[in-house]
Order: sequence, then structure tokens, then C-alpha cells
Amino acid sequence: MKPLISFLKFALAVTALALASCFATGPDANPRDPLEPFNRGVQRFNDAVDDAVLKPVATAYVDVTPSPVRTGVSNFFGNLGDLWSSVNAALQLRPRETAENLMRFGVNTALGLGGLLDIATEMGIPRTRIDFGQTLGRWGVGSGPYLVLPFFGPSTFRDTAGLVVDSNADLLGGVDRVANRNSLYTLRVIDKRANLLGASNMLEGAALDKYSFTRDFYLNRRQSQIDDMIDKGIGLGNGE
Amino acid sequence: MLQRRHWIAATTLSLASLALPAIAADEAPDALVKRISGEVLATIKSDPAIQAGDMNRIIALVDGKIMPNVNFTRMTASAVGRYWRQATPEQQKQLQDEFKTLLVRTYSGALGEVKDQTLHFKPMRMQPTDTEVVVRSEVRGKGEPIQLDYRLEKTANGWKIYDLNVLGVWLVETYRTQFAQEIGAKGIDGLIASLAQRNKSNTAKAS
Repeated sequence: MKPLISFLKFALAVTALALASCFATGPDANPRDPLEPFNRGVQRFNDAVDDAVLKPVATAYVDVTPSPVRTGVSNFFGNLGDLWSSVNAALQLRPRETAENLMRFGVNTALGLGGLLDIATEMGIPRTRIDFGQTLGRWGVGSGPYLVLPFFGPSTFRDTAGLVVDSNADLLGGVDRVANRNSLYTLRVIDKRANLLGASNMLEGAALDKYSFTRDFYLNRRQSQIDDMIDKGIGLGNGE
Repeated sequence: MLQRRHWIAATTLSLASLALPAIAADEAPDALVKRISGEVLATIKSDPAIQAGDMNRIIALVDGKIMPNVNFTRMTASAVGRYWRQATPEQQKQLQDEFKTLLVRTYSGALGEVKDQTLHFKPMRMQPTDTEVVVRSEVRGKGEPIQLDYRLEKTANGWKIYDLNVLGVWLVETYRTQFAQEIGAKGIDGLIASLAQRNKSNTAKAS
């Protein structure tokens, strides 16, 4: 059993148990967020974990690691993601994005020291990051209610299903030695949090209510990513 | 991942690009956005004080170059939504002032991120009779390009920006829920107080 998937299953099980008793009602309920009381609780939990562990670790990582090294780490994980984006572009019948993401992966893996250097961007091959939740949305699966997952953060019912598929396809799951694999998982989480330090500080300053601000941003952003791919249509056209 | 840091930069660029009084009232909306973003980008890149977050310099840049091209009254009014008509002129002025401070303070911290990004504009389809248009652009740097769109309206004094889209999310729409929540719980004066409080704690954090 891959540990990331076990972890995700654990988070989902906790969520499912807690959900049973928590449907928001009343005139103030947001139609996109019927589980608001539950979600707010999970976000408080996530914030507490973040304050106690993740943010301090990510801050220390930024302080002690030279910037070129951090860029290399981000590039490495980004490169693995490009391959999966390419698969999803293919599932959306978009040959252009399929080829671009596949070329990115090929170029950066072969010429960019296994993905540490992002040569493809310098060559002008754009990245279109696509996950399985977007692929479901592109073919008409509605988002369902907003859902904050323990540890994993903002999601929806559809995107949670997508996340399960994404996790099964995760290339790091193929790393044989458990110790190496867990180190890579940890590094990826720290890298992700470190890249979000600026954004999360900004979010604190911009929002009157951080919960609804995060929710609305997440839902609108996801919908616009999906609409964008629907506008482009099937094939090579770019919808212009 | 890298993308998030980029959208901060992109947001910064976008606010920066709402700049400079129109040279001619009949300047096309995409030409206007293109011109002012280029000019403001150059100003930021050449001014280390702005990149370091010098608030006085940033506010001077915003007031001098950006605000003349923005219909900020409309922006605030649509973020406040149906409650705007119930607000007194004094409350409307306070709402605008606090909202502007919130946006400037929020994004000014990210100005140091503006480095090697470049702006690319998408072709615009527009009829001569159009009075409202969307100008679409992209910020390209490392990693994934950042979507950056503007809504503009035609006025007697040229085109004015009244909404901004970063990464597919319209700014005014995002704030509408925030504002409605506060007004619903505490009224218009309650919203003004919350904004003022938020601005005060942002200032305290920055200094």
C-alpha cells in the first residue's frame, strides 16, 4: 500500500464520519457550501497544524536553503507533475497540451538533470497543469459541495474523487525504498508550503474572513480552469 | 507550486498596470492597458525603494498613475452590492478609502517579486459601439503563465478599469461575499469598522 494513499484514505474516513452529523441549514447557508460548520472546523484544525509544524518548517527551509537549490527542488516535483498533466490533457482530447506537457517532461528529464532545471520553459514550451478533478469537470461532472479535507485543504466532492486518482498515479509511489519515498513526500510538502509562504501571508492581510475568502477563491479558480479547457474545445484549437 | 508565488507577482503587476492618465480619450482599451502596464513595470523595476516596500513611494505610484485610470467608485459599489444604495455619501467615501487601503497594503508587500516577468496581450475582439470590454493578458515568467484580465468601461474621459481577474478569479466578486457577510452581521458601519481594523493590523504587521 502506498503511504500517501493510505494517508488520504485516513483523511477521507475521518471526513466521512464527521460529515454524517454536520449539514448546515438556515437562511444564511451558502448553496455551494452546505457543510460550512464542518468545513470551518477542519480549516481550524488545518490552520493549527500549519501554525505548529508546517509553516515553521517551511520558513526554516527557506532560511537555510540557497535559492537555486529550492528552485531545483520545485522544478523536480513540477516536472513529475507535467507527465500526469499530459495524461489528463489526453483524457480531455487536447493534443496540443498533451504534446506540450509531454515535451516538457522529456526535455527537462533528459537535458535538465532529471528535472532539476526547467529548460522547457526557457525554450518557450508552456506548462498547463491539469489534474483529474478538472478532467471530470471538463466532461460535465459538477463540483458538488465544497469540502475542506484534513491536511489536504480546500476541495469539493468531485475534486476529492479526482485527488484519489491523482494519488494513485503519483510517480513518487513508484519509489521502491520506503525511507527514500517518505523523504521525497516530506520534501514535496515542505517545498509546496515554502512556495505558498508569500501567498498565505497575503491572504491573511486581504481577507475579512479567511475561510470564505479561501473558499470563494478556490471554487472560482477551479471553475475558470475547467471553463477555459471547455472553451478551447476538443482538438488543437485555442478557442480564440 | 511556483505558480502561487507568481500570482502574487502577477497581482502586483496588475495593480501596477492600472496606471497613468489616458493621453487621449479615444485610446483603445487594450492599448491603454498595454501602455500603462509597460510604464508602471518599468517604474517598479527601476525603483529599489518600491521593491523594498516603501509605503509612501507605493502610495504615490498608486495615486499618481493607477487611480486616474480606475473607476474605483464603481469597483467599491459592486463589491458592496445591493447595500451600496443604503449607504450615506459619507459611508460610501469611507468604504472606498478603506477598501483602497486594503488593496494597496495587501499587494504592496509583493512588489519585490517583480523581476523577470513579461506581459503578453491576447488579441481583442471589439465592436466600435462597445462600451464595456474585457482585455486579456498573461504574465509569463517561470513555470505556468498567469492569467490577468481587466474589465473596462467607456467614459467621457476615456476607458476606465473597474474589475481585475487574477488566475481566473474576479476581484470584485471575491470581495462581494466578504462584504455581504460583514454587513449582514454588523451593518454598513460594521463593515467599515472591520476594514479599518484589518488595515490597522496590516500596518502593525508591516512595521
